[in-house]
Amino acid sequence: MQPTALVELHRAAGARLVDFAGWEMPLQYGGILDEHRAVRARAGLFDLSHMGEIWVTGPDAAAGLAAALVSDPLRLATGRAHYSMICAADGGIIDDLIVYRLAEERFLVVPNAANREAVADVLRERLAGLDALLDDASLRTSLVAVQGPRAADLLAPLTDVDLGGLRYYAIAEGHAADQPALVARTGYTGEDGFEIFVEWAAALPVWQALTDAGVAHGLVPCGLGARDTLRLEAGMPLYGNELDRGTNPFEAGLGRVVKLDKPTDFVGRAALAEVAAAGPRRQLVGLTLTGRAVARHGHPVHRPQADKEIGIVTSGAPSPTLGVPIAMAYLEPADAEVGTMVEVSIRATRAEAEVVALPFYKRDRG
Amino acid sequence: MDIPAGLRYTDDHEWLRLEGDEGVVGITAYAAGELGDVVFVELPAVGTQLEKAQSFGVIESVKTASDLYTPLAGEILAVNEQLADRPELVNDQPYGDGWMIRLRIGDPAQAEGLRDADSYRSLIETA
Repeated sequence: MQPTALVELHRAAGARLVDFAGWEMPLQYGGILDEHRAVRARAGLFDLSHMGEIWVTGPDAAAGLAAALVSDPLRLATGRAHYSMICAADGGIIDDLIVYRLAEERFLVVPNAANREAVADVLRERLAGLDALLDDASLRTSLVAVQGPRAADLLAPLTDVDLGGLRYYAIAEGHAADQPALVARTGYTGEDGFEIFVEWAAALPVWQALTDAGVAHGLVPCGLGARDTLRLEAGMPLYGNELDRGTNPFEAGLGRVVKLDKPTDFVGRAALAEVAAAGPRRQLVGLTLTGRAVARHGHPVHRPQADKEIGIVTSGAPSPTLGVPIAMAYLEPADAEVGTMVEVSIRATRAEAEVVALPFYKRDRG
Repeated sequence: MDIPAGLRYTDDHEWLRLEGDEGVVGITAYAAGELGDVVFVELPAVGTQLEKAQSFGVIESVKTASDLYTPLAGEILAVNEQLADRPELVNDQPYGDGWMIRLRIGDPAQAEGLRDADSYRSLIETA
């Protein structure tokens, strides 16, 4: 397994380490429920160094990315970011990712750890012949995230980036804990928060500084377990669960990310235009379970008292915030209306569930 | 790792406290740690007859679900109703208030065939 720069700190903090996409990552420290609640109430600290960081630079960088991705980086302002996907010609999703524009000709693409090499390979192919350079800096870059309502107060004294002026989905260059850093107001928890990109070894002083400053704010280190329950409550998809090579963005409810009308032709355009016109054949929905048993990835979904499978659960977990088990599932459009009652096969029994709108949780922006 | 001396243990990480011809069953601190935060314990009805090593329920944590197996054959006399509202008792007090079922044991002598604390310790140390 590939360790991050912080693995010894995680061990010392009592983390349970697991193999995630070939990386040795903390699953949890003190317990997933406590970590999840800490992020919702105060702040959590995450080592996300397994994520990819791919730089695309040059005069054709914007146009090249516009042709490679479903979004329109040509329209992305400097200092801003957007969520996107890279699709195959048949419209199937190769990865979901975030694109940050650092300058007119300088983009940072952040793919999932498991898809980093595939995304780099496909981008290289799609940028071939263009005046653009691709640099996969993932193994030289660490990523530390602080997420939660206290994140801004906690980070502000440690950075020269003006957090008050940093909007959601914006990025700025500066320093964090005196280390050169990119500070982005992005995250995967549904809370306010920041993702801090630094040189590999600089993760140590950044993590330590945040940990020390965090004591006064009730900051706790959080692992991949809490990362998953947080993003599920926030209705955010996970590649490998809701998104995969056989799924298109429209099925996942992410049609708004696909800019069919952008001037640049892009890989997957024709196939995705057809899906948009005809409507997707299945739809991602939220489910809240009536009982206590937890629906999980792969559990089939049925109409009440009926044998036929009408869909499948893609992710499921107990929701610490809602106090009930929640899940995401693909259902046929006819069954996907909010309020529809369904049954999930969990082991030998049927568990009643209700189709609900996503997200399950929205933070208070008051 | 907490492995109380007076209990018997199975290879599936259940413990048994023998009280005459009755026994109390739960899961070990090791098992609770491996599971993580417990969110739900599905227990059987009082009166259920179990064979040795038969599954008597399911324990769900945030990340996973596992079957629970009875160390010995017997009839369920009681189940721990506290676990319905406080499943975290399994993590906090796996040998105390986190107990799961109380059985009338058909043949208490069979408990001799279960692991003692030292044997269970070797099992988990080589895990």
